[in-house]
Amino acid sequence: MKINSPLEAYKFLPGTNCGECGELTCMAFAAHLIDRSKKLTECKPILEDKFKKKFEELTALLAPEIREVEIGVGDRVSKIGGDDVLYRHKLTFFNQTQFAYDVWDTMDEKELVERVNYIQDFKKFYVGSFLNVDMVAVRCTSNDPAKFAAAVKKVVETTDMPIILCSFEPAVLKAGLEVSKDRNPLLYAANRDNWKEIADLALEYDVPVTLFAPDDLELLKSMAKTFAAMGTEKLVLDPGTFPTGKQLRQTFTNFIKLRRAGIEGDRDIAYPIMAVPFTAWMAHDDPVSASYWETVVASIFTIKYGDIMILHSTEPYAILPEIHIRDTMYTDPRKPVSVDPGMYKVGEPTVDSPVLITTNFALTYYTVESDLASSKIDCYLWAIDTDGIGVEAAVAGGQLTASKIKKGIEDSGFDLKKDTTHNTIIIPGLAARLQGDVEDETGANVMVGPADSGRIPGWMDKNWPPQKK
Amino acid sequence: MHMTKKMKLSQLSNMLQDLDVESMEGVTIEGDIELNITGGGGLDPALAYALGHEISHVSLHMANIARMLGFPAEQLLASAFGMAEAGQPRALQASPKIQELLASKFEVAKIENWKSQIQEVTLGATSGDGGSRKSTITIGGENALPYYFDAGMPHRNHVTLDVFDMPISMAKAVKANYEDVINDPAEWAKKAVRDFNADMVTIHLISTDPLIKDTPAKEAAKVVEDVLQAVDVPIVIGGSGNPEKDPEVLAKAAEVAEGERVLLASASLNLDYERIAKAAVDYGHVVLSWTQLEINAQKELNRKLMKQCNVPRESIVVDPTTAALGYGLDYAYSNMERIRLAGLMGDDELTFPMSSGTTNAWGAREAWMVSSPLSQDSDWGPREYRGPIWEIITGLTLSLAGNDLFMMMHPTSVQVLKEVTQTLYGAIESEEIDISNWIGAEV
Ligand code: B12
Ligand code: SF4
Repeated sequence: MKINSPLEAYKFLPGTNCGECGELTCMAFAAHLIDRSKKLTECKPILEDKFKKKFEELTALLAPEIREVEIGVGDRVSKIGGDDVLYRHKLTFFNQTQFAYDVWDTMDEKELVERVNYIQDFKKFYVGSFLNVDMVAVRCTSNDPAKFAAAVKKVVETTDMPIILCSFEPAVLKAGLEVSKDRNPLLYAANRDNWKEIADLALEYDVPVTLFAPDDLELLKSMAKTFAAMGTEKLVLDPGTFPTGKQLRQTFTNFIKLRRAGIEGDRDIAYPIMAVPFTAWMAHDDPVSASYWETVVASIFTIKYGDIMILHSTEPYAILPEIHIRDTMYTDPRKPVSVDPGMYKVGEPTVDSPVLITTNFALTYYTVESDLASSKIDCYLWAIDTDGIGVEAAVAGGQLTASKIKKGIEDSGFDLKKDTTHNTIIIPGLAARLQGDVEDETGANVMVGPADSGRIPGWMDKNWPPQKK
Repeated sequence: MHMTKKMKLSQLSNMLQDLDVESMEGVTIEGDIELNITGGGGLDPALAYALGHEISHVSLHMANIARMLGFPAEQLLASAFGMAEAGQPRALQASPKIQELLASKFEVAKIENWKSQIQEVTLGATSGDGGSRKSTITIGGENALPYYFDAGMPHRNHVTLDVFDMPISMAKAVKANYEDVINDPAEWAKKAVRDFNADMVTIHLISTDPLIKDTPAKEAAKVVEDVLQAVDVPIVIGGSGNPEKDPEVLAKAAEVAEGERVLLASASLNLDYERIAKAAVDYGHVVLSWTQLEINAQKELNRKLMKQCNVPRESIVVDPTTAALGYGLDYAYSNMERIRLAGLMGDDELTFPMSSGTTNAWGAREAWMVSSPLSQDSDWGPREYRGPIWEIITGLTLSLAGNDLFMMMHPTSVQVLKEVTQTLYGAIESEEIDISNWIGAEV
């Protein structure tokens, strides 16, 4: 982004404070443009013809330093790049690193379909939604265009995830493109030898393309400049991912240099970067060692500027840390991570159902809620307003107290004596020290649940319904 | 120079018993590596038997991981990278049909405002300096973010392994490695150094907690002496986490360890940090300044240690708190990154080497639960593999934020973390791999 104060953006806005964008003033809207929480197109007036020039100028000023590139189509389109900062706390990182897992064209067809299905179905619940992986990379290991096309076709039939077509042979890529061109696949890759033919393909089919120049940033930049001059800026840069030793250190240096140059304004190389942790498999024979190392390499380049990557291991112990480290880096540090305080019904609770207390920290709330829902425990669950702090920190910091719990329940118009048969509250194990106070404040029986909500089901088996006193 | 050892397969068989991972009921691992014990542990023999087959299978893989990690003993100095200057002229405006690649020069500047150096802190003292350690460890001294080309990184990252002064309940995955030494802190420390490649050990005096055994400070100090006898690496001394008792315990421990330049863990704002600081100053130790994920609290405590307690700058290490992957690592990462950047840019309340309670990763359910509690989740696979990698990725992430010293527990995690951090640091030689045709690789 070329400007950094709301005032600079304001100058280009219509200035009528009409409110159509949902903000009270143009200035307020300008502030959202600068922190990238709103899009310029949300100001309808500026789309009118008379503002065309201002619209275009401001659009250019607001464009992120690193270009955004789209792969795939429709609902499943993957956007990569689009970043403006080197450190996530300075703003946030945009467009999560996209993880592509490979299939290859010498694979047995049944296995290929199974693998693709596994990749597209992989999911893990976290803070209110599911973490997933994103793409399939089809590697040509046969060197046979027909075989490659058949594999790509099978992938296209099996999933609508975005696809990466991998070969250095123009004829192979062309065959793959023919069966997937309406899916906007990413071409991998143009290199020093094949770039002319690959550029022709990228332009002819109008698809994004990866430029591959292992440990040669000069060549990478030359290619990027050349492709841009020929008419495409849908580029992804692969400076090579060397898996071990000094070469890995050099790879790290290359990623830092590329992204720093891009953020600092070198438009010629300001494109998304690809990492290929897959190469860990060229260094290790044993599958667990290779998976571990691949996960390590993937994590380094998720933290440091990889926008898209090609991976091989689909073991859960590899994918789980990968999707979590990505979430870690791309969580918007500006967003409060809380849910609305209040009463939530899990399943279909009745007067006999348990009443549970938790906090309104999103991670806590969703963890607890999903643990309950997935074990089909019908109950009432209160997200107490702790300013979005988790249980232990809120107890320590005084946001989760007996009176807060009492208030939380009362504010929802719930009467423990009338609306339940048991007049009992279950508090988190980590809030055990509040037990006496809550009993005093609410006059209800208070039970202390387990420390981890994942253990509520087993705990319920033993402790619910409560013994009549 | 500190010698690192290759792991032997025979040693690994011990480490592989970790595969009888049971759940971690009753244990919480918190901030500055404290363990709260609420239940008994113990290996369930039936479970171990049932897992027998799986164990032997998994052990083979784990052995391979360790093999890949037999890294060379000597650390090489980080090499600085120069930019190749191509010096080609800029191409003229190109036409859409291009026959030759346009010439281009790639340049990127070093960061200008990283002007301050992070304080170097030496842990341990040899006989020449009034201690009895065979070697010392120096951390800090950075002039740039870790592994960045802007400036050489003077010291590699180091790992200190946890040792407890009484048997404790912990993740089975971890515990199985220490079952034979769990009653003997000195043997435990020896094993950590001899078998698991620990650069240092941390003796946690948790039995001093009034709610556990209330071991008197004087008695606890004997354990410190035993550990100092048993190993010749620098050590960290941890309290129980009880804010009333810790200052007394750490002061006494500091006294018996006089001259050894141990790291006292920790001073924090919620206890009598003055007493701990005074013990460090009086007996020549280093203080761990521990705050909880809050940069301003970290500044405040460091300021108090320096100004109010006269702790010299070269005797402070900070622990800004580690949250596990998936459980607040985003906070912890950015907190450390901000602290390090502020230090490099000259905030002299923050120019200190950092330490992480990486062990906290074992608190994440992904690290220890048998399977996902949620039926909608994809299969989580065997937890034997999940635990160590959770600790590795938590540590690796913080290493990239500038963390220098890692407090860890699982031997496999230690091996892999050391391998990756030393690779980035530039100390690992390996065969060059030609990736130019990786697409065709058979895997
Ligand atoms: C991230 C974190 C923070 C973040 C909090 C972010 C947030 N939005 O919550 C920040 C930086 C703000 C923070 C600040 C503080 N923190 Co803090 N923090 C942590 C940390 C690293 C992780 C906590 C976490 O998110 N856990 C994950 C969530 C999901 O867990 P949870 O909410 O407890 O929910 C689980 C269980 O409680 C249970 N559960 C939840 N609801 C229910 C309901 C029922 C019915 C049942 C049965 C179970 C159940 O299941 C859930 C899933 O497992 C921990 C250390 C650690 N590694 O655990 C320290 C920790 C919690 N913090 C601590 C402290 C002391 C503080 C501060 C007071 C520090 C200070 N002096 O300023 C402040 C307080 C701030 C405030 N309250 O205003 C201490 C608490 C010590 C104690 N036991 O008293 C801890 C343990 C660190 C330590 N060892 O000292 N902290
Ligand atoms: S819609 Fe446009 S003109 Fe109207 S207030 Fe918002 S920014 Fe101003």
